[in-house]
Amino acid sequence: MVQNAATVTDSPSGPKRRDKRRSGSIWLEFLGSMNLAITLLVVVSIASIIGTVLPQNNPYNEYLIQFGPFWFEVFRMLNLYDVYSAWWFLGILGFLILSTGVCVSRHIPSVWREVTRYRTHVRERSLLALSNHRRWQADCDAESAEMLADSAFRGYGYRTRREVRGDTVILAGMKGGATRAGYVLTHVAVVVIAVGALIDGNINLKIREMTGDLAIETRDLPVSQVPGESWLPPESGSFRGNITIPEGANSGVTFLQVRDGYLVQELPFEIYLEDFRIDHYPNGMPSSYESDLVIHDPALEEPIRKTISVNEPLTHRGHTLYQASFTDGGTALDLTGHILDGSGASMPVDGRVFENLRLQLGGTQRTLEIDDFQLFNVNPDPRAVERTGARDEFRNVGPSFNYTMRDDAGQAREFHTYMAPVEIDGRWYYLHGVRSSPGQPFQYLHVPADDDASMGTFLDFYAALDDPNRVEQAARRAADGLLSQMGVANPDLGERVAGTADDMITTLLDGGFGAVNRQLEARVAGSNRPEMLLEFSRSVLQRTLFEIYREVLAARQGVQLSMVQTDADQRGFFEDAMNAVSTISDYGAPVIFSIDHFDHRQATGLQITRAPGKNVVYAGSAMLTIGVFLLFYVSHRRVWALITPRDNGGADLLMAGANQRQPEAFAKEFGELADAVDQQFERDNTDRG
Amino acid sequence: MVASREEMMRQMRRPRLWQRLTAGDWAWAALVALATAGTFQVLGDVMNGYEVVITLFTAGMMIGIGWHWSASKIYMAAVCALSLFAVMRYPTLEVAQTDFFLQYLLASQSAIMWMSALFPAATLVYGISLFTGNVFTGRVASTLTWFGAGAGMVGLLVRWHETHLFAGGIGYIPVSNLYEVFVLFAVITALIYLYYEKAQQTYSMGFFVLLVITASVGFLLWYHFDRGASQIEPLVPALKSYWMKIHVPTNFIGYGCFAIAAMLGVAYLIRARVPDDSKWAQRLPTLKQIDDVSYRSIALGFAFFTVATILGALWAAEAWGAYWSWDPKETWALIVWLNYAAWLHLRYTKGLRGTPMAWWAVIGLFVTTFAFLGVNMFLSGLHSYGEL
Ligand code: HEM
Repeated sequence: MVQNAATVTDSPSGPKRRDKRRSGSIWLEFLGSMNLAITLLVVVSIASIIGTVLPQNNPYNEYLIQFGPFWFEVFRMLNLYDVYSAWWFLGILGFLILSTGVCVSRHIPSVWREVTRYRTHVRERSLLALSNHRRWQADCDAESAEMLADSAFRGYGYRTRREVRGDTVILAGMKGGATRAGYVLTHVAVVVIAVGALIDGNINLKIREMTGDLAIETRDLPVSQVPGESWLPPESGSFRGNITIPEGANSGVTFLQVRDGYLVQELPFEIYLEDFRIDHYPNGMPSSYESDLVIHDPALEEPIRKTISVNEPLTHRGHTLYQASFTDGGTALDLTGHILDGSGASMPVDGRVFENLRLQLGGTQRTLEIDDFQLFNVNPDPRAVERTGARDEFRNVGPSFNYTMRDDAGQAREFHTYMAPVEIDGRWYYLHGVRSSPGQPFQYLHVPADDDASMGTFLDFYAALDDPNRVEQAARRAADGLLSQMGVANPDLGERVAGTADDMITTLLDGGFGAVNRQLEARVAGSNRPEMLLEFSRSVLQRTLFEIYREVLAARQGVQLSMVQTDADQRGFFEDAMNAVSTISDYGAPVIFSIDHFDHRQATGLQITRAPGKNVVYAGSAMLTIGVFLLFYVSHRRVWALITPRDNGGADLLMAGANQRQPEAFAKEFGELADAVDQQFERDNTDRG
Repeated sequence: MVASREEMMRQMRRPRLWQRLTAGDWAWAALVALATAGTFQVLGDVMNGYEVVITLFTAGMMIGIGWHWSASKIYMAAVCALSLFAVMRYPTLEVAQTDFFLQYLLASQSAIMWMSALFPAATLVYGISLFTGNVFTGRVASTLTWFGAGAGMVGLLVRWHETHLFAGGIGYIPVSNLYEVFVLFAVITALIYLYYEKAQQTYSMGFFVLLVITASVGFLLWYHFDRGASQIEPLVPALKSYWMKIHVPTNFIGYGCFAIAAMLGVAYLIRARVPDDSKWAQRLPTLKQIDDVSYRSIALGFAFFTVATILGALWAAEAWGAYWSWDPKETWALIVWLNYAAWLHLRYTKGLRGTPMAWWAVIGLFVTTFAFLGVNMFLSGLHSYGEL
């Protein structure tokens, strides 16, 4: 209806049909066909979905556990663990490029005809069929009418051609041919982007791997021991690698992760990390991190110094260095291990993060793996939370480190120990976290800090509990005190009571207060006043522990036992110490550490890429953007004027126009144009038909 | 008859752009220019080069959009004036609890709550208008939609200021987490719809489009109340980039357009089942209208989505070191893009219209929603912010 005349000749499918007859090449026809294009678009989509649903490039073990041996193997054969570099996926992409390429090249001639040819071969009938047309019977001569129409077209930006058929003059005009350029640009852009992406893809590696030239290394080896067939020479293609460089160290290689292993990519220069810094938000989240790099390149006279940060990479010789992550770079820790076997012994342990150490702990052996070090720990300030409910005040509780202890059976526990005491509800504790599997939260052992802000008092107290002599004496003093308070003077009874105290402490050390309670309840069951007995036993235990504590205080202060006075603070300490003793039975390691000194060393995580196809892709993207907007927002408009002289010296004028994309906008413009012509005629009193 | 061809051409020339502009258009340009100058006066010394360019670009866009679409001038002016008013009453965050205007109207949380009330109300009124065929009701619904879009926009702009009031230099443009982009989505979708409403001179599509906006408001409220998502939190370093300022809004123009097309697809499917002589055929939008707006909004969405994806690639190149990593979000953006490319091809080269295309547009919304939300919920990847 609206654009019949135009649609038939306007669409590229018109000439295409003619091409078909001429070339007869079914293959090209198929490759450039719309159906194939749409099918390919849909197939690429579905293939891409697989890659997002199945996590890519995980360690192969995880897939094996997830799918079982059979499906693991099937999926591996289909390359589903790395879909986007699978042969079949690249094949489909290649097909899409081919198809789009064929399509666009076959259309270019017809597009060219479209934008260069003025359709002067129109008939009056087909123009009248267009919804946008208007006719006049002008008084003026044909020449003037033609000039008028031509001026109107040109005034509205059309380029025109003139043709004479008999005594009729045909003016054909058009504008907006850029939309056809948009079509070509869009489709060429798809090809260009895909070619760029292929340059940056790893087809080169695949071929070398197929020919046995290259082998993926799956073992965890120091760089120097990686065999030669897993090395890639510098500037040999595109890659994306990662490298961790500690402060004060350098690297001339980067590691490319490939499936379940890696390759070593040599760089044409050395990267030295001078310094690494992190800035933090008040809540402790990193707000930015940056590395001071020095690039030593034999081709340069002066090394390059540059600071890079997230979103601000450095590019050198086609390689771009990005700030990707950070880790510890092997912070040196001077630790003291306090052995919890009752000996009260301690030992110095010097290590570095990521180092494994063998420890001889009294009678047992453990492997100590130092996993990480945190320079500070920022948490919401509990005081602020309590006061105002505000979660935006924070406090820093200082450095901490993480380690794993493994016994000879391979059983491992993870620990998290703070360097400085942390205040909780007005009291200060050294926190020692422990968990038996990585997913769990840490459970903390709270060791109370003494007046010197050290763990000394507690450690002495704990050691004293294992000393039979001191326990016995303390138990005697406690029993005597208690009995005399109750008005019972019976040395024999005192002996027996002291004996149970000794017993209870042994249970306490083994299983905490829970075990003591269970033991007591079992013992009093059947007696006639169990409640009272329980109460009594607990008092004995408590007093015994307190006596031991007093004695420890006396020893530490170098005074007589009788001189020791305890204040509320010390009684609070005592409560905390009892809780800590009880918890140690669950702690699961025969040692706790204190950090005496550390030398913080960080490491930067760099991502290094070389993408020779990047500029091709960017150029394609620019073409795509321009192309799409031209395609949608410029419309190819055609107008015609037919001028036929009449016998009376006047002329018949027919003006018409067509536009496929934006019929409404065009109708408006054509209306204005025709009105402008009207006005000219009105001045001459032309009779309008 | 005028004799010279030049003279005649001059008389008939299509009026140039500046000849077509009205006094109101010039006043608008002057106002925007003045406001931009004022912005540079106040903030000039804390802006970097990119921000200057982005500000100038925004001013240019505002002038252009205002010229092209008259009603938007009032909208933009009102939103800017209200936001400015709110910002000036806002020396510290605490004021939001005591200042009447902030507490009840203009603090970002309040404004967004207003938006969350106005859009569902507009949906309801559009529904009534569709049901009764009453034009006045439609006009009311349309006004409510304008107000909803205004409230949402003010909410975002004021939130931008609020982020800067937080301690420790958190300040960021509020398009960086799911909560914020949901507001953005609702506002952008509403505005694009209002544009087409004006172009098509009908209120009958409103109900369908507003349904999807209301759905997103529903999600927003759940996210706000259940997850406390409205909390302002500092940005991870990778998001601190001027690319974000252009990448995210561009993307959401795409999402908004696709959502509109899908809802019109629903309208199409309903209208296609209604007999032509029934009273519903009078009240529902015509198939031609639906078809027209669907195509136009998918074309607009596709164009912007193309740009957004390219911007995303440029940003990824800078932040992650590779312009394309087949990260799930990227991959799904590609899938969405391919999907609508296929739609456009079917329509353009096969001339396919009607029910199948309407279904395709509806399914397209599911694909788009998965790219927008599903990826964050179900798949992990580099785009790990905005997790649910
Ligand atoms: C593989 C074979 C392909 C063929 C045969 C093909 C053919 C066409 C044709 C004939 C048009 C209409 C042009 C016009 O209206 O002037 C078109 C438009 C378009 N093509 Fe393709 N194309 C192919 C591949 C692609 C690909 C891979 C993309 C990118 C995803 C793409 C994106 C577009 C876009 C965005 C349009 C504009 C649609 C519109 O005007 O509404 N094409 N294509």
